[in-house]
Amino acid sequence: MKLLHKDIEKDNAGQVTLMPEEAEDMWHTYNLLQVGDSLRASTIRKVQTESPTGSVGSSRVRTTLTLCVETIDFDSQACQLRVKGTNLEENQYVKMGAYHTIELELNRKFTLAKKSWDSVVLDRIEQACDATQKADVAAVVMQEGLANLVLVTPAMTLLRAKVEVTIPRKRRGSCTQHEKVAVMVYCLLSFLLLPFLLVVKCILVASPGFVKDQFITYLFKEAVRHDNKILLENRPKFMLVHSSSGHKYSLKEILSDPTVTNRLSDTKAAGEVKALEDFYKMLQHEPDRAFYGLAHVEKAAEALAIDTLLISDKLFRHQDVPTRSRYVRLVDNVRDNGGNVRIFSSLHVSGEQLTQLSGVAAILRFPIADLSEPEDDSSSDDD
Amino acid sequence: MSRHRNVRGYNYDEDFDDDDMYGQSVDDDYCCISPATANQFIYSRQERQAPKEEPLEEEEYEDESKAYSFVPLFPLAKSRDVSHNKLDSEVVPKVARMTVSGKKQTMGFDVPRYLTHISQGENGVVTASLRRGGSPENATATPASETTSKRPETPSKGSNGDEPSTVPTPGRSSGKARQTINIKAELEKRQGGKPLLNLVVIGHVDAGKSTLMGHLLYLLGNVNKRTMHKYEQESKKAGKASFAYAWVLDETGEERDRGVTMDVGMTKFETNSKVVTLMDAPGHKDFIPNMITGAAQADVAVLVVDASRGEFEAGFEAGGQTREHALLVRSLGVTQLAVAVNKMDQVNWQQERFQDITSKLGHFLKQAGFKESDVFYIPTSGLSGENLTTRSSVAQLTSWYSGRSLLEQIDAFKAPQRSVDKPFRLCVSDVFKDQGSGFCVTGKIEAGYIQTGDRILAMPPNETCNVKGITLHDEALDWAAAGDHVSLTVTGMDIIKINVGCVFCDTKEPIRVCTRFRARILLFNIEVPITQGFPVLLHYQTVSEPATIRKLISVLHKSSGEVLKKKPKCLSKGMNAIVEIQTQRPVSLELYKDYKELGRFMLRYVGSTIAAGVVTEVK
Repeated sequence: MKLLHKDIEKDNAGQVTLMPEEAEDMWHTYNLLQVGDSLRASTIRKVQTESPTGSVGSSRVRTTLTLCVETIDFDSQACQLRVKGTNLEENQYVKMGAYHTIELELNRKFTLAKKSWDSVVLDRIEQACDATQKADVAAVVMQEGLANLVLVTPAMTLLRAKVEVTIPRKRRGSCTQHEKVAVMVYCLLSFLLLPFLLVVKCILVASPGFVKDQFITYLFKEAVRHDNKILLENRPKFMLVHSSSGHKYSLKEILSDPTVTNRLSDTKAAGEVKALEDFYKMLQHEPDRAFYGLAHVEKAAEALAIDTLLISDKLFRHQDVPTRSRYVRLVDNVRDNGGNVRIFSSLHVSGEQLTQLSGVAAILRFPIADLSEPEDDSSSDDD
Repeated sequence: MSRHRNVRGYNYDEDFDDDDMYGQSVDDDYCCISPATANQFIYSRQERQAPKEEPLEEEEYEDESKAYSFVPLFPLAKSRDVSHNKLDSEVVPKVARMTVSGKKQTMGFDVPRYLTHISQGENGVVTASLRRGGSPENATATPASETTSKRPETPSKGSNGDEPSTVPTPGRSSGKARQTINIKAELEKRQGGKPLLNLVVIGHVDAGKSTLMGHLLYLLGNVNKRTMHKYEQESKKAGKASFAYAWVLDETGEERDRGVTMDVGMTKFETNSKVVTLMDAPGHKDFIPNMITGAAQADVAVLVVDASRGEFEAGFEAGGQTREHALLVRSLGVTQLAVAVNKMDQVNWQQERFQDITSKLGHFLKQAGFKESDVFYIPTSGLSGENLTTRSSVAQLTSWYSGRSLLEQIDAFKAPQRSVDKPFRLCVSDVFKDQGSGFCVTGKIEAGYIQTGDRILAMPPNETCNVKGITLHDEALDWAAAGDHVSLTVTGMDIIKINVGCVFCDTKEPIRVCTRFRARILLFNIEVPITQGFPVLLHYQTVSEPATIRKLISVLHKSSGEVLKKKPKCLSKGMNAIVEIQTQRPVSLELYKDYKELGRFMLRYVGSTIAAGVVTEVK
């Protein structure tokens, strides 16, 4: 993302002009937007024209609109962001107060104005504009009959493809069906993998047992047979890792594998996984130094005890302003007291797990007696 | 014209595959009359072999088959009476039985049940000869008649041949005197009076499970000499000469190449008093999901440990599979265990080594929950074949060991009680397309019984289908009951909808499907404490599904079961707790209190088992 213009006043109101360059920037923008902000961007509007003869025709016009944001939709698979709102500025095609949905496009600048810019949001802009952290990794986790193809970017983990097949098991007397189906799966996978070869830095292939070896052997045998240059050139990008299953959460295991972390030390995803692991280790060894749940963590923050705060960015997308500011205050509090704040992207596997754990967790500097309140259940049960 | 073409014998059913509409007149449509009445009263030419005869007697309805299921002992036993001539005689009695139709419906049977297996020269069960009007004629049908019917569904009235013979000796029927085994016609089967036993072989990787079992099968004669010789030669060529016996069970190319068992290998053999379905499980840590599938279907287990120096220790320590496997089978309900201390020839049959291993294992198994009286220790050598089928003759061994050989021990296991009277349940462990129409599913029948021609319901897809054929150990049958590991050929459903983990059940009493349920779990030794939202892998029977622990409801006291703490923050090892689990996709479950075998599950995380549990409530 490119930061084109920033204009923030003393009372934290102001506007910022950004230009998204890749899909991930859409995700960052999604986290920046809030209900009530105003967004100016170029968009296409269908305009009804009435000719003198009375016949009505419609045409599509490109114009710049300023909206007061009401609804935000993010499609994670396609990385599309659509913003619905009412018109704020006079425009020759659109009336004031009329509704419009802007679909933000890549490489087109937009201006975002907020009433108050807090630290979390400013952080995110900086992160998004930071050009260094751009490692992309593709990972294939598989097991017998199941394969997940995932693209891991610094801020998102996108499931690109999932292959699920019932493989007939070994039976007395006929084993060939098993092999046939396995080969079919590999063929499909290699086909799906091709688009990613050039884009990513590294491709991880993980599975329990020998499935990964079989897959790689098959892949390169076919590459040699069809003389597929792209595949052969990118051979060093492939890395074999062991995982315990083919489901998506095994990604966590892979990313914490030491050989992988060496190779991908600059990936944000790996860092998040490690932080979460540290939290769990602390929970096991010294449960009084590891807290989760908003109420507990806030209490710990008041006691100035928090060393590391783990918080999921899903909480900041909360549209309810007082709740959001509560979280922001927590973050600021911890930062002021010299603690680390790690904001987990909720699209990563580790972020998903943190969200399940109520979204906020903390590792403390010193143990605090366990404040268990039997009456209140801080974790909300959303069905 | 009928001279040249097989008109009479024409199997119309094969013609129109899965389509119920064609080949039958609209009148036959099941909306007007129930299939049972239709089968009974409407003459269908396809049923020209023994028409469906609804048994009349009251006795039949008293007990839902509590009978055993047994694997046919001899191929000959599988005789079916194709009694064309009985056709007329039986049409008449049919009419007379109209009055009973109402009661029949409750049975849920569409197809009349018949005893299909007559064992030659054996005291079969006396079926109610009074029941059948045409029994004098039936008696003429000799047991030995082995007319192969064109369609597996052909009901046979084979049992009738046995009627003249004596009343079944209850003592022989099963390990326990089951006077509940009654004269319920078809479902009293005892092929040679041998109860069926499902055995799983477990142990650390390279302990010698496949070799031990392969050698055992060879000594029993299940593998002929030529095949064995072929394996020996090929394995030597491949450079794995010591794996020759293991190749009996490891059949896929990959397993042979790498010298590891990857999936459960199934076969059957017989002992003096039992018919045993053998499941050879993989020992590798990565293949534990496959091993769980096999162990879930087993009744008894053989744990193989390697007696060599260092190997036993490696398998027995925390990372080895000896512990994990033992815990797993115990959690899955196996109570009887035989420990084969293998590779004793490597340690020269030393008694101290044996004692050492026995005491260590004994201690651990007792902790795991095995009763001392149900665990037996046997020194063996898989490669040389000592102490497998016969008592060993090696002097070094006989000097201090005079216990049973492995086969004798397997023989001495008590066969468990089968819940044949509960509604039908079969957990699918494999789906494949075989020749012919429809497709095959394999699995163990957990409860109830089934016959060809039955309609069963598959959950969670919630679709019904017809059972076209039943196969048990490569032999076709007409019925099967709880405890059998069968493969069913079903028609009337799309193969895509069925995958491993579905449960086939009785249409009248379907199994419950859910994504959230409450369970009581016992945690094993885990490093990472369990918190809310913890992702785990749920292993239930043949299903393996990712799930999350939604809520931690309470912690219970280990023995008394009272609530220690409500809404705990996290769970650590050794705790007994009630939790709520949510799965990604719906699974079909039964409560533990309804079905002991079907109510258990395991939780795994990152390649190790963290908890075992029972289902207490389904939401």
